[in-house]
Amino acid sequence: MDILALSRLQFAVTTMFHFIFVPLTLGMSVLTAWFETRYVQTGDETYLRMTKFWGKLFLINFALGVVTGITQEFQFGMNWAEYSRYVGDIFGAPLAIEATAAFFLESVFIGVWIFGWDKLSKKAHLATIWLAAFGTNLSALWILIANGWMQRPVGFIIRNGRAEMNDFLAIVTNPYAIYKFLHTVTSGYMVAGYFVMGVAAWHLLKKNEIEFFTRSFKTAAMFSLVSGLVVLATGDFHAVEIAKVQPTKFAAMESVWETQKGAPMHLLLVPDEANERNSIATASVPGALSFLAFHDTNAEIKGLKDFPKEERPPVLPVFLSFRMMAGLGTLMIGLSLLAVIMPRWKGFVDFKIFLVIMVAALPLPYIAVQLGWLVAELGRQPWAVYGVFKTADGISKSVSMIQVAGSLLGFTALYGLLGTIDIYLLAKYAKKGPDTDTTGMIPVKEVA
Amino acid sequence: MELLQITWFVLWAVLWAVYFMLDGFVLGLGFMSGFIAKNDTEKRILINSVGPVWDGNEVWLITAGGATFAAFPTTYALMFSYLYTALLLLLFSLIVRGVSFEFRGKMESAVWKKGWDNAIIISSFLPALLFGVAFGNFFKGLPMDVTGYHGGLFSLLNPYGILTGLLFVCLFAVHGSLYATVKTTGELSSRAFALAKLLWIPLLIVAVVFLAYTGYATKLYVNYTKAPVLFVVPLIAVMALVAIQMFIISNKPLKAFAASCVTILFVVFTGVAGLFPNLIPSSIDTAYSLTIFNSSSSQYTLTIMTVVAFIFVPTVIAYKIWVYRLFRAPVTERDVLENHEAY
Ligand code: HDD
Ligand code: HEM
Ligand code: HEM
Repeated sequence: MDILALSRLQFAVTTMFHFIFVPLTLGMSVLTAWFETRYVQTGDETYLRMTKFWGKLFLINFALGVVTGITQEFQFGMNWAEYSRYVGDIFGAPLAIEATAAFFLESVFIGVWIFGWDKLSKKAHLATIWLAAFGTNLSALWILIANGWMQRPVGFIIRNGRAEMNDFLAIVTNPYAIYKFLHTVTSGYMVAGYFVMGVAAWHLLKKNEIEFFTRSFKTAAMFSLVSGLVVLATGDFHAVEIAKVQPTKFAAMESVWETQKGAPMHLLLVPDEANERNSIATASVPGALSFLAFHDTNAEIKGLKDFPKEERPPVLPVFLSFRMMAGLGTLMIGLSLLAVIMPRWKGFVDFKIFLVIMVAALPLPYIAVQLGWLVAELGRQPWAVYGVFKTADGISKSVSMIQVAGSLLGFTALYGLLGTIDIYLLAKYAKKGPDTDTTGMIPVKEVA
Repeated sequence: MELLQITWFVLWAVLWAVYFMLDGFVLGLGFMSGFIAKNDTEKRILINSVGPVWDGNEVWLITAGGATFAAFPTTYALMFSYLYTALLLLLFSLIVRGVSFEFRGKMESAVWKKGWDNAIIISSFLPALLFGVAFGNFFKGLPMDVTGYHGGLFSLLNPYGILTGLLFVCLFAVHGSLYATVKTTGELSSRAFALAKLLWIPLLIVAVVFLAYTGYATKLYVNYTKAPVLFVVPLIAVMALVAIQMFIISNKPLKAFAASCVTILFVVFTGVAGLFPNLIPSSIDTAYSLTIFNSSSSQYTLTIMTVVAFIFVPTVIAYKIWVYRLFRAPVTERDVLENHEAY
């Protein structure tokens, strides 16, 4: 491996690891805030216990999201110095805004939320979790504006040997970034929904706290279903946008080699990258691909052969990741629908197979989000900024092979260790179930 | 344009200085915790005393990094890649420190807790030292020219770099001990107070040596001789440093802590005022120094970022003050024993 490959691998490892924890944070902050809202509205103590139980799991997960985020912020400069220098005039701004506008909000109010139970009125305390949840989602918006710009560069000119911003508004309202944001955030909600349903189903199988976990399950099921539909819709818009602005990625996602009008969709498709063709392509729906891409069954789809080899992304991983993500998405929407309906039925808690399936489904959205990022980032290759700047030109000149190999090893070991501990603790506290002793739990503002 | 670049130079300095002031006490308290706390409950009191604020304080670092990226992209790119190994150690430390707070109390095993206690000490000490070493080297200049950087981790560990590292360690040790004094009660508080008093002596010695040696090792004083009013900055730093001990002796820990905040801010400003208009000077040939003029973003971006900074930085400061006031009461034994949410 050369230094470029190592740097790419390190970026992939650290970012994908960051994104194990981020989606749950995105969704759980909202769910926890929702449970606390219900508590404040109804005064029902079960909601308070739900807030605390799910909140605790949220925090164990949150810790790793935070600490791995610092790596993200630093590694653009550490490993991608030439990239940072070339695009910093544009790319640095959303990152800095993310920190000042979103990270402060989130980190400060999470702190107040954790430690402020006896220092604030009920409503003020509720406000802190909503502010934190808002901050979390806002941070996703800014980082995805940065990423959206790499996917579809807008609002800039090349001047002084670098890309310079000349239209901030265009960057902020980049449709690519907006779809990315909506799709990513709602997929994070699905992660949280399946997480809550999975843990709740596990307890229901053991007949623990039936009322508590049924209620959690129902809320999470509705949350997943609604988010799932938004994920599907925004995913579709996203694909349309990609067909327009990143033809190579789109062609790789669908493994299209020849440019064609009225392109069909093949349900069974096996790409053969070496020979620039598909070895199997059957079960076709005529015109469906053109329809998907341009909402017109006759539209022309560009094939990979129209592009020089060195400007094509790796086809197989992009193709497979995309199929699997979309497949999982469809599957999970069906499952969420079942999960919304089932608890209305009295025998629900004895329906073991269903509960086992829901426990087993917990990792599915996690897999889907990782696959989605592989589509997005691998599919963009060889470009770091599509059509403007190649990944290979971006690496730091002053960093040596040994340094990158060492840091990659270090990150893998440290992240591996911390990830294992974190998942162990999550499992431990998830299994332990909610506190039964509610003394000292009720928020009371001490009267001075 | 020049005005914008200068504005961002000032903001750049302020963000780093505020970061050191705020995370300084978390780091200091972290590596001093082994001396201050004697048992598990006391350790928990210390950790919980920074519990609500440590992450918010660390975000100043992320902001300082992000602002460097947005306003001085070339400096961001070169500084971060040149200091690769040192930054890596820093990252690993900050990562470990963050999870230590969260993980430590999650298992009832003595070995587990002991392990995280040690992790906190090491992972708080290293950043304090490394930040000092890094800033010492910025003050002194990095060996860079047209072909790039001619140094490595060990060339950073030159006498001046190490001296600045020691200065940061001493500053944060006193700062963290004073924070612990203010935020705890009883014997724990007095122990921290006594430590602060004692540690002030090495701090003074290192600070004096630093100020003197800076004249030899760096060109920082050139700006001062050009504009003697600047001497106000180190003067305030020295006065605040002396005030720390005076307040300690007259038994006013909160004021002593405030004085140590001022000391840290003005120590950073002392260095940065000497740097201007460099961000990182070249120690080989000043033609290759990274200055605010040759490494900044475009006028357009700087304008946008100025608007952003002037809206959000004051907002952040406002709600942070509210939070510090909300949690101004010291953390007691009762707090950590009865609160389910405590670390
Ligand atoms: C629960 C997770 C999940 C699910 C079920 C889906 N996605 Fe997705 N998808 C993501 C989670 C995700 C993601 C991780 O959030 C990505 C990565 C980058 C992004 O914008 O979102 C993504 C990327 C992504 C991209 C590439 C974006 C780019 O290249 O910039 C497309 C075209 C789609 N998705 C389309 C879909 C479609 C048509 C789905 C059908 C149901 C679907 N996704 C389900
Ligand atoms: C590769 C680019 C990324 C960078 C530079 C980055 C940066 C960071 C940083 C610095 C933190 C820690 C904040 C803190 O201390 O409080 C963090 C955490 C987080 N990031 Fe990322 N991140 C990246 C990718 C993503 C993506 C793709 C998303 C969402 C879609 C995201 C959303 C979040 C969220 C929600 C957190 C939760 C914890 C927190 O903010 O404190 N990040 N990220
Ligand atoms: C959290 C979700 C993300 C994941 C899982 C992810 C994954 C990846 C992967 C696998 C690569 C390596 C691709 C390759 O070199 O073949 C990569 C590259 C990269 N990504 Fe992302 N990414 C994410 C979000 C982001 C965001 C939000 C940004 C920008 C703000 C970003 C910026 C970059 C850059 C600069 C590179 C290096 C250049 C390149 O390889 O194109 N990524 N990412």
